[in-house]
Amino acid sequence: MQYLLMIAMDEQAYAALPAEVAAENMAAYGRFWAEMEERGVIRGGERLYPTTDATCVQVRDGRVITADGPFAETKEQLGGYYLVDVADLDEAIDVASKIPGAAHGTIEVRPIWSM
Amino acid sequence: MSGPDPAGRVDDAVAAAYRDEWGRVVATLIRVTGDWDLAEECAQDAFARAVERWPRDGVPRNPGAWLTTTARNAAIDRLRRDRTGRRKLEELAGIEEREMTASTSGADAHGDEQRASGIVDDRLRLVFTCCHPALALDAQVALTLREMVGLTTGEVARAFLVSEPTIAQRLVRAKRKIRNAGIPYRVPPRAQLADRLGAVLSVVYLLFNEGYGASVGDDLVRGAMCDEAIRLCRTIAELLPDEPEVLGLLALMLLHDSRRATRVDAHGDVVLLDEQDRARWDHDAIDDGLTTLDRALARRRPGPYQVQAAIAACHARAPVADATDWPQIAALYGELLRMSPSPVVELNRAVAVAMADGPGVGLALLEPLAASGVLAGYYLLPAARADLLRRAGRRHEAAAAYEEALRLVGTEPERRFLTRRLAEVTG
Repeated sequence: MQYLLMIAMDEQAYAALPAEVAAENMAAYGRFWAEMEERGVIRGGERLYPTTDATCVQVRDGRVITADGPFAETKEQLGGYYLVDVADLDEAIDVASKIPGAAHGTIEVRPIWSM
Repeated sequence: MSGPDPAGRVDDAVAAAYRDEWGRVVATLIRVTGDWDLAEECAQDAFARAVERWPRDGVPRNPGAWLTTTARNAAIDRLRRDRTGRRKLEELAGIEEREMTASTSGADAHGDEQRASGIVDDRLRLVFTCCHPALALDAQVALTLREMVGLTTGEVARAFLVSEPTIAQRLVRAKRKIRNAGIPYRVPPRAQLADRLGAVLSVVYLLFNEGYGASVGDDLVRGAMCDEAIRLCRTIAELLPDEPEVLGLLALMLLHDSRRATRVDAHGDVVLLDEQDRARWDHDAIDDGLTTLDRALARRRPGPYQVQAAIAACHARAPVADATDWPQIAALYGELLRMSPSPVVELNRAVAVAMADGPGVGLALLEPLAASGVLAGYYLLPAARADLLRRAGRRHEAAAAYEEALRLVGTEPERRFLTRRLAEVTG
């Protein structure tokens, strides 16, 4: 099954990290990527620009409604994602728990709706 | 077949089979069909068939096997009838073929899943799936009661004073999430077993406490909830004989439940442990609880349920309240605090220490707890303080603490109890 692992975190706090902490974080993500590529579960993943650069799109009554900002106002924002292909939810949770951001943010695990 | 029976005895046999076999039939059908709704419907079909057939043909020697076969045939019939079912039916045949080859060749495809018995009981898969942490706790509870225990949605709704449509909706959502999110139908691998077993046991204990403590529901339903929790825990203990915490929880529930009849008096008022009529405790349940606890402790892997059961055992072993081994209880609470620290355990430990070493020592432990404010709003903290102050002869302070407890208390019997004590210290 494929799952989208969404990394929700406090992006302002993250942007304010000292350079050496930010660099160590990047390195941790690099190690996570290498480990999961080795395991053969990674189908994709990117870091995202912050929600200040986000646009929400909705279609209502046939009209496209475009709005500035993220989809929800919460303390944490979507900071990146991985697309993984694993056996079941237990393995998806296992992979999600290894994402460095799981330690301070939240990883939302969403099953991919296979068409 | 044991030959035709008088109708009454057959009814009893069906009721007993329902109680003993429902979870097993549903669990197996889920594994075979992968479809929770179909499994439930076919289990119901099988029991309806039993009601029809058993009075005529007699009760089968192995009711569980009869019911499972009947339910499986019902599933095949239903799947044949619709087109999308055909594909499922082929999968089903495939699964059975694989099972056959696995069992004949002794191949161990799921090494981790296979326990000492060689074959994993489907009920274990079912209970671990019902109590999967990706499901909300109230969904875990409802699923366990419906699928594993076999309560109807109406019975689950009455047990929790929630409307039947709410429970039905909760079950539909939970089953949808299991399907869409890919929650596996299996016993977790050994590395995760302790964690996941913890989730299962907390659901079992929640069921028990819902019946035992609880603020809602009528007495009959509540008593039945305690019985179901104990029965469920017994089943899990049979299926996972090497897990001492399962036995610990079973012992804990048996020992608590042995006092069920004496906890409330004829007026519905609370009767505290030291005032209960110990002759009316259920001594068979106590023996069962103590033996079960010994079996758990013999494994030498202590855990919080075993420690709590050991505390309950100290009370159960005391023929009169004055003979209670309070130093031992205080030591056990210390151990519990080390394993699973919580302010409520700290409070209980302070009370036990007060019983062992005098109210002054207990009060010295309570003061920092009260000052920290972590239990603010919890009426048992001022109630415990009041009791220790009363026993220390500090009546004015005791009265103030009883008044504080009265401002926070929720249920009427507890309110009456505190009012009575307040009158004692002010009178």
